[in-house]
Amino acid sequence: MSLIRRIIRSSIGKKYIMAVSGACLSLFLLTHLAGNSAIFWGKDVYNAYAAHLHSLGILIYILEVLLALVFFVHILVAVMLYFENLGARPNRYEVKKNGANNWNSRTMPYTGLIIFIFVLVHLVNFHFGERTVTTAEMVREVLSRPGYAAFYLFSLAALALHVSHGFWSMFQSMGLNHPKYNNFLRYGGLVTALVIGAVYMLIPMLVTLNDKFLR
Amino acid sequence: MKTINLTLKIWRQAGPDAQGSFQTFESGPISIAMSFLEMLDVLNERLINSGDEPVAFDHDCREGICGMCGSVVNGEPHGPEKQTTLCQLHMRYFKDGDTIVIEPFRAKAFKLLKDLVIDRSAFDTLITEGGYVSVNTGAAPDANSIPVPAPKAEQALDAAECIGCGACVAACPNASAMLFVGAKISHLALLPQGNLERAKRALGMVKKMDELGFGNCGNERLCEEACPKGISIRNIARLNREYMRATFCSDE
Ligand code: HEM
Ligand code: FES
Repeated sequence: MSLIRRIIRSSIGKKYIMAVSGACLSLFLLTHLAGNSAIFWGKDVYNAYAAHLHSLGILIYILEVLLALVFFVHILVAVMLYFENLGARPNRYEVKKNGANNWNSRTMPYTGLIIFIFVLVHLVNFHFGERTVTTAEMVREVLSRPGYAAFYLFSLAALALHVSHGFWSMFQSMGLNHPKYNNFLRYGGLVTALVIGAVYMLIPMLVTLNDKFLR
Repeated sequence: MKTINLTLKIWRQAGPDAQGSFQTFESGPISIAMSFLEMLDVLNERLINSGDEPVAFDHDCREGICGMCGSVVNGEPHGPEKQTTLCQLHMRYFKDGDTIVIEPFRAKAFKLLKDLVIDRSAFDTLITEGGYVSVNTGAAPDANSIPVPAPKAEQALDAAECIGCGACVAACPNASAMLFVGAKISHLALLPQGNLERAKRALGMVKKMDELGFGNCGNERLCEEACPKGISIRNIARLNREYMRATFCSDE
């Protein structure tokens, strides 16, 4: 117990917690993307995928609870870091020149907040509530409303921005930095973030632009 | 010799608890061969001659090796030139008519003493928590009796270039000291003499760093951009590893 307390109190311990929880969330993001990609094969394939997930029963329930726990830890430590960091520089600079390419890292707390709100809305849309229609119909129903489609696109862009820094950052936090593979992590992270963002965003775009999609 | 005229907006603050504000000066003709600190000397001579309070700023060697100088110039610690201390920055990098905003390094752990002068003794406190070796390393020739692979020695020396100026803390959006601590941890852990106490050092320095009120690293990389010695954030990654290794695998 004292070991855990020591880790969570220390700056570097918190970095590792952010990195490990971020890595778990990234794995979820990838599996969720792979699974949801069934949607591009039409409503029957997609409904079958959803039915398959539900048939996992208790297993899916356990994974959901674990995922919620990881989200909780990631957000809790992010909030702790945010306030500690505010306190570390009480007096602001008059002029602050930011590096050429750190706007994704600078906005981590804000893109994180957008993702948090998005996750809540997303769960209300698709997880909680009465289930009367098939999963594909539900997706169509929600995303055919322009307000929701716009909100999904906006939030997914924020998610892509978040992980465009996060994918590289978690390796650096875990101490993996070597000229042998730095370029791979850096550009690989950017490309992965771009691909993830683009594929997720394709879903609301298809629903909005293609009347036959999921019908 | 070409001269330029500048508008200087400088942070003035009488003491640690006094209310500070910017004061604007016209520099008068400044030779482009001058260093940034010489430009401030010219201003101060004028202020002293007219009976005004000169601008307080830190400096010592004026050759880029002691780490005493440093202010934030137009939003960049040590000014716009890469891998250059403020004392080695020359006025040829500025244009006639430029406005230059000069502010102190700002961090909770660096108390402002006067104008541009800050108290960096937090770095000394960090060093006392393990930034040294306490084994007898012998006289200079004895160093050659312990084999060190050349790439390791190179990396240790790269980290040892740190002059402790505090620009990394000043540049970091979170006022984190991890580049400084990473450099100190690395330069000792990479060498056999420092290897013996690496776990104790990592735990002690990180604990003290947190207590002193430095922020948390967010991997934003502004520290390595600002560092006048080009210290890489690879040293922060090593610090992270050293800390975890010490936490989980050492008896400390
Ligand atoms: C699926 C959702 C999410 C994924 C995949 C994700 C992923 C990541 C990753 C990989 C990192 C890098 C960790 C590191 O620097 O070592 C990170 C950092 C961060 N995340 Fe998330 N995250 C998600 C959701 C959130 C949420 C909901 C919040 C806040 C409400 C948040 C706030 C942050 C913050 C503030 C950081 C920067 C921490 C620092 O300063 O080092 N994230 N995230
Ligand atoms: S005065 Fe010594 S480094 Fe600038």
